[in-house]
Amino acid sequence: MFRKLTLAAVLALSANTAVAAGSEVHIEDFAFSFEGPFGSYDENQLQRGLKIYTEVCAACHGLKLVSFRNLHDEGGPALPEDQMRAYAAGIEVFDQSMNDGEGDFRPATPADKFPANTGAGAPDLSLMAKARAGFHGPYGTGMNQLFKGMGGAEYIASLMVGYEEDPACAPEGFEGSYNSAFAAGGFPEECIDEHGHHTVPGSWIAMGQPLYGDDVEFDDGHSTELHHEAEDVAAFLMWAAEPKMMARKQAGLTGVIFLALLSVLLYLTNKRLWAPHKHKED
Amino acid sequence: MSGIPHDHYEPKSNFTKGVEARLPILGLLYTTIMAPTPKNLNWMWIWGIVLTFTLALQIITGIVLVMHYTPHVDMAFASVEHIMRDVNGGHMIRYFHMNGASLFFLAVYMHIFRGLYYGSYKAPREITWIIGMLIYLMMMGAGFMGYVLPWGQMSFHGTAVITGLFGAIPFIGESLQTWLLGAGAVGQPALNRFFSLHYLLPFIIAGLVIVHIWAFHNTGNNNPTGVEVRRGSVAEAKKDTLPFWPYFVIKDLFALAVILTVFMAVVGFMPNYLGHPDNYIPANALVTPAHIVPEWYFLPFYAILRAFTADVWVVQIVNLLSFGIIDAKFFGVLAMFGAIFVMALAPWLDTSSVRSGRFRPMFKWWFALLAVDFVVLMWVGAMPTDGIYPYISLLGATYWFAYFLIILPLLGVIEKPLPMPATIEDDFNAHYGPKAGGKTATPAE
Repeated sequence: MFRKLTLAAVLALSANTAVAAGSEVHIEDFAFSFEGPFGSYDENQLQRGLKIYTEVCAACHGLKLVSFRNLHDEGGPALPEDQMRAYAAGIEVFDQSMNDGEGDFRPATPADKFPANTGAGAPDLSLMAKARAGFHGPYGTGMNQLFKGMGGAEYIASLMVGYEEDPACAPEGFEGSYNSAFAAGGFPEECIDEHGHHTVPGSWIAMGQPLYGDDVEFDDGHSTELHHEAEDVAAFLMWAAEPKMMARKQAGLTGVIFLALLSVLLYLTNKRLWAPHKHKED
Repeated sequence: MSGIPHDHYEPKSNFTKGVEARLPILGLLYTTIMAPTPKNLNWMWIWGIVLTFTLALQIITGIVLVMHYTPHVDMAFASVEHIMRDVNGGHMIRYFHMNGASLFFLAVYMHIFRGLYYGSYKAPREITWIIGMLIYLMMMGAGFMGYVLPWGQMSFHGTAVITGLFGAIPFIGESLQTWLLGAGAVGQPALNRFFSLHYLLPFIIAGLVIVHIWAFHNTGNNNPTGVEVRRGSVAEAKKDTLPFWPYFVIKDLFALAVILTVFMAVVGFMPNYLGHPDNYIPANALVTPAHIVPEWYFLPFYAILRAFTADVWVVQIVNLLSFGIIDAKFFGVLAMFGAIFVMALAPWLDTSSVRSGRFRPMFKWWFALLAVDFVVLMWVGAMPTDGIYPYISLLGATYWFAYFLIILPLLGVIEKPLPMPATIEDDFNAHYGPKAGGKTATPAE
């Protein structure tokens, strides 16, 4: 059964993508502020990312697991409460309880979640930064994740900047947009060599290029180059996927310090306790 | 209850006398806490405490998670995210539980390999060993079913793969698989019953743990020399042992604190390192993940499952002899369960009269190779099934069986053991006695 399933999976993938196994992708190792045990979200960056999400991504994607009230959270975008309320009020959500159960649209309140958006067949972005791994590590061990993290945010940012001109090997009008960071898309047979290896990284993604640079205007005057926009929206989506990261790292640090101290005390207690039985002079 | 002579509990006050006369629970607690324990136990004897702690951690965090979780195919995924986002401290509780499973299996593998090296499975501790193997099987069941509950892509398709193993059994396989899933495919009935069993199994494990502890308290602990505690009298036994409290409780708590420091760092700083990103995608029957990989702790046995493909001659012979009833798929399933079964039979397959690997010059190397083999199988279990990987799996799986079925029985006959210390006291004094370098006691201050 499992062999059949695995086989079916491989076949299904290879049918779509010619040779799924041979695809290499370019993931750039962006330096995010939230990396490492002491890294934290940059609230200005999250606010910029929210703006990009709102003005660009939200056209096709949903964010249905994130509540508007969370935009006000410390350790997150930390929008002032009035701004958070104003932001929510600017978005219409569907409320089943209105109109005697027939439902109707109304302005959102802080307690509502971002609307789901499946109209364009685009995936929900709430957990995207945790559902993709940017780094896989040598020989599939994933060891470099130990130092770089899963690389979900890096993956998203790389995808945003990964749109390039179609490579020369591709036939005219091949479906989708060529992206050097996307592995799971279509791939023309013309770009596969006689050993079955892909001659160009990435694959063809259904999503057209969403960001070109200068897509939004930031109140803080931050650069709107494509590279910066990609970083900002990736950071925002990392927060959307892991809103409690700051609290978690704080708890982790407190726990590690406390337990390390406890270890030292127990070590000394243990040594003293056993001393009369070890090395006794009799 | 202990087989080693020891002091007994003497109730002093009228109240404790009264309790003890009606229910000898105080005596039972005393005997358990003060159990005479070989004083030469090394740092590989700490995993029992780690396992007991982790079982408690998993049960406590699990009970809290259940308060917020919804076992419904349309709501399970969102309810886990509700825990991660809206429940106070929920993200920590969930990450503790998620990584607690990894700590649990890390500790159980260390514990099992400790037993394999020091011959802890040998008479008179066979029952302790068998109960341990049952606990391990239950842990695998609980671990697998727990992974299903978040109802992500790996949960869903992993369930299809694993229950599919039972579908490989000839004649009854398909009905058995349907019976296990409660339907023809993975869906609501499977999620509901796995949830129920995932809650039940830890309590059965807890019961078995009590029997496990009871069994080795009755025979006494094994120790790094494998030499038994002298049992002529209480005084004689006291030369070889120290009471569990405080000596081993403090020692074990120190080791536990060190391990929890690392555990806390993992939970705090990289809680998703041991998970799979695909499980953050809601289950979708129509989209199969590119690589269905089990959790790391199942990988060695997953590798053995995949090792026996239809082009292996053993598989072909068995297929021929069984008139095609045992095909490669079913052979793989048999091999996977067989790998655990031969390990459970170790007490009867090992013919050596010497317990501890410390005094078995040839065994040492074969054991080291088994430990390496286990790690290699774990690595290759996560690799694709093309190129050189199937050969590595096959080699690894073959050695696993050869170790238990050929090497252990043969070594006992051909190996000449090294001289052993006469008593545990001698061993302890050789390390810590006045003769050992003349180091004097240095109180820690």
